[in-house]
Amino acid sequence: MSNTEMFKDRNISEDYFLLDIEDYPTTPWEKFKRVVKRSFKGELFVGLWVVLREMIKFDIHTIQYPEEKLPIGPRYRAVHEMKRLWESGTERCIGCGLCEKICISNCIRMETRYDENQRKEVGEYSINLGRCIFCGYCAEVCPELAITHGGEYENASEQREHFILYEDMLTPIDDVLNKKQREFQGFGAITPHEDERLKKTPLAY
Amino acid sequence: MSKITITIDGKEVETQAGEYVLNAARANNIFIPAICYLTRCSPTLACRICLVEADGKQVYACNAKAKEGMNIVTTTENIEKERRAIMEVYDVNHPLQCGVCDQSGECELQNYTLEMGVDSQHYAIKDVPRPAKDWDHLHYDPGLCIVCERCVTACKDMIGDTSLKTVPRGSDPLDPQYKESMPKDAYAMWNKLNKSIIGLTSGGDMLDCTKCGECAAVCPVGALVDTHYIYTTNAWECEQIPATCGHCSAGCQIYYDVKHTSIESDEPKIYRVTNEWNYVSLCGAGRYGFDYQNKVEGKDEEAFSKAVEAFKKADTISFTSTITNEEALILQRLKEKYGYKLINEEARSFQKFLKDYSEISGQSLWGSDLEEVHHSDFVVSVGMAIKSDNPNARYALNNSMKMNKGAGLYFHPVKDPVIEGLGKNIVSIYHKPLQEEAVLYLLLDLFGDKEKLPKEIVEYLASFHSKVMETKKEVVKKKVTETVKVKKVDEESGEEIEVEEEKTKMVNETIEKEVEVDKNALFDIVGVPAKFSETLEKLLKKKEKFALMVGPDFYTHPNSKNLARLTALIEKYSPFKLVIVPPLTNSLGVALINELDEEKGSFTIGYNTKGDFTLSALGDGDLDMPAINQQEGTLTSVNKRVNPTNQAVPYRGYELNDIANALGLEAELTVDYTKELPVEKGFESKDFDELPNYWENDGTEVRGYVLNNMTVESKGDESVKPFGEETLEGQLIYLANPVRQFTPFTHKTTNLDEKSGLYISEEYLQKSDFNEGDSVRITTDSGELTTTVVCDNKIAGDIFVLPTFDKNLNSEALFSGYRFNRASIEKV
Repeated sequence: MSNTEMFKDRNISEDYFLLDIEDYPTTPWEKFKRVVKRSFKGELFVGLWVVLREMIKFDIHTIQYPEEKLPIGPRYRAVHEMKRLWESGTERCIGCGLCEKICISNCIRMETRYDENQRKEVGEYSINLGRCIFCGYCAEVCPELAITHGGEYENASEQREHFILYEDMLTPIDDVLNKKQREFQGFGAITPHEDERLKKTPLAY
Repeated sequence: MSKITITIDGKEVETQAGEYVLNAARANNIFIPAICYLTRCSPTLACRICLVEADGKQVYACNAKAKEGMNIVTTTENIEKERRAIMEVYDVNHPLQCGVCDQSGECELQNYTLEMGVDSQHYAIKDVPRPAKDWDHLHYDPGLCIVCERCVTACKDMIGDTSLKTVPRGSDPLDPQYKESMPKDAYAMWNKLNKSIIGLTSGGDMLDCTKCGECAAVCPVGALVDTHYIYTTNAWECEQIPATCGHCSAGCQIYYDVKHTSIESDEPKIYRVTNEWNYVSLCGAGRYGFDYQNKVEGKDEEAFSKAVEAFKKADTISFTSTITNEEALILQRLKEKYGYKLINEEARSFQKFLKDYSEISGQSLWGSDLEEVHHSDFVVSVGMAIKSDNPNARYALNNSMKMNKGAGLYFHPVKDPVIEGLGKNIVSIYHKPLQEEAVLYLLLDLFGDKEKLPKEIVEYLASFHSKVMETKKEVVKKKVTETVKVKKVDEESGEEIEVEEEKTKMVNETIEKEVEVDKNALFDIVGVPAKFSETLEKLLKKKEKFALMVGPDFYTHPNSKNLARLTALIEKYSPFKLVIVPPLTNSLGVALINELDEEKGSFTIGYNTKGDFTLSALGDGDLDMPAINQQEGTLTSVNKRVNPTNQAVPYRGYELNDIANALGLEAELTVDYTKELPVEKGFESKDFDELPNYWENDGTEVRGYVLNNMTVESKGDESVKPFGEETLEGQLIYLANPVRQFTPFTHKTTNLDEKSGLYISEEYLQKSDFNEGDSVRITTDSGELTTTVVCDNKIAGDIFVLPTFDKNLNSEALFSGYRFNRASIEKV
């Protein structure tokens, strides 16, 4: 059995059985009979009883949102984060503009300039979350692993045109210093065996 | 030149004999990789990537000339190896931060690296520190530079400043093992590359040039970048809007690179100007003077109704030539309908000059264009400060000299170190003001066909010649015999003895001779340099294509009629092909379209100039108008071409067309007038949207259309007046702009920062008691004004220059037409 065929076989265990589904009523008389049967069997009360019983037992299995929150998978694509370099704490974004270019909903804009250290500096950076479709292309294309999607999914706002600015997304410097910055494992992250695939460039040093 | 057929990769290709193989291939859509070659410039042979096999022999396509029956193969196994090795070498120590490079994907290094499939590196050398340099309007990052020398070539062969050169890099020599292991051409190319980097010809850190920025435009990588542009946007974010530069009559093709202003503002903003640098070269005004738009938030209805009222009241419209053909036609239609007087002094004098010229030449326009000047080998410029009046004319002059082994004469009263710097084959002749006619007579005398010229003129010219006896020094070879004592060893005794021997040798001896020579009095009148006839003889050797450019000094000259007739005679009776350079952006269009009047009426509407009611695209009038970069329309250039231009930034106010519509003309858009431009003056009845704006691969210009040169009935009267003795003496001032400035529009832009004032040459300032920044009062017979002294090292000599680009200076008030005047200048 090949790998994929394994998944096609749905008969995983003996406990599984097919439901016996009644034929759908076709004539008006049959339909009428079904209505009467369902009305007087008291199925409604069965349901109400189950709810009442579980309420009394206090054995509740649902998540108490917003007091409780489920952990989010590392590949979940919620509001973007801008990362910093581990060693120096400086911002990773180099202002290459690839995210701006690739964005299919055209919601990223940036302003860059020539700074006093003769480097390209990102002056302003914004993502219009009202337009963002969280496709993840920006994180995928980023050559510096600077922009990633975070787990922050609560971004309700009174205004549709709610901009978030670079500063809001940037990892706070304290988090980097305390090693709390989380690394992105999704698209665009370095694959585990990258070193083996590289051809080395000779160096004359 | 004759047509020949060569074969490239099995395809039969027709080309000119002597054309470079690379150009022949490009013209026929055959791809040969090349980095360092620039069309219209000489081959540099820096990159060596254009290697091809011609009849079994490896040659460089950029400098191998096509011969009849040549068989070219563009790739062989060996050539592929060479090319790949060359690209690997270019990638050695080249930074990999393409993400922050301003070339942003328009990079030829990137393209060819991928084209040659370079996926691994075999070569290495220790890098040397290469700090970035700020050269005023340019930023040079040697770390990114691949030393293809395109900037150097463009600056030398096209622009003529020769401000850039290669300087030593100071790196270690290549590992000797590469000499054996590497492909031959790749090694040779690397050896050269490893020794050089781009530096300034002046040697210092200050770039001294005419600031055209063409070097940055041709840079294949992000090494040379305009300072104003650096890191402001990625190239791919910008929309390129094809347009025509609106600053001077050259009508250069440009693209406005436009993108939203900022995160907050969606308003389009021009980030830079780019051009098809293989076929057109811009000046600094075209490249850096782009943000002169008139920002208007909305329609000012009150001002508009006042404008309509003013038009109803007015009897005169006064305007400048910085308008499109369509606007000029609207003004003409308004004149026809309401009888306005149209006032435009500078276009009127040009119109009159053209009319006088046509009387003898029999055609409405000059016969040649700047494109033909590029291909000439003897170019003469008279009557213009060429570098600032029309920078493209200067490029043509320089390019013709560098590419065709050409020569030239530059006649002008103001000394110009830029022209002197073009090379010793261009002789500058500084004649006196008002002596332009004498210059033209001299040209007729030197080059005119005496057999066909009208008899009176031949006789008049002969009257300047006389025979004079002159002592001439001549070097003669002479045989001299002398006795010398020589020490010899006596064969018998073995002793050394002295023997006398006779020796003959040839000695150069200078003798003086009396010779009868022809003396040309015109030489002295025009003020040619010493030994001019010998120099001229040298310059004229092997010259076949002659071009003459005449300029704006002529049109306002008191004897402009005579000058126009002389110009026509030169075109008719000498080998010179003629270009008449219009004074301003669209002076030619205005001169063709409008009937212009001499006298103003009682109430004047001013368009971009002061009037009783002023319409202004500069934003300082009673009603705002769109600037050239905010309009669609056509402009007529020195090349007699009607070029389309497009709107780069939006304009939300009223246009001239709205006023015309309110006054009873009917056109939805200004460009509806494009097809109505007067056919009888040479225009074509074409819709604006039909007009193309591009070049073909073989360099054919496909922009708009060329004006038809109409035949004008000539009366057969070819008489000209003798030239006047009158000149201007004393302290002279000249009305001309510095390079990169033309009009108040260029003055308004942020990147062109030329100071306004009285321009005095560096050498004059040193010997006089004027200093830069002094406040001076200038008084002439026409008026007076007070301004500050500006030191200008781009002029020389004793004539001061006053610019017209600053409208607050009002320098025209000091002149009565002619561009030179006598002035008294005192410090205040």
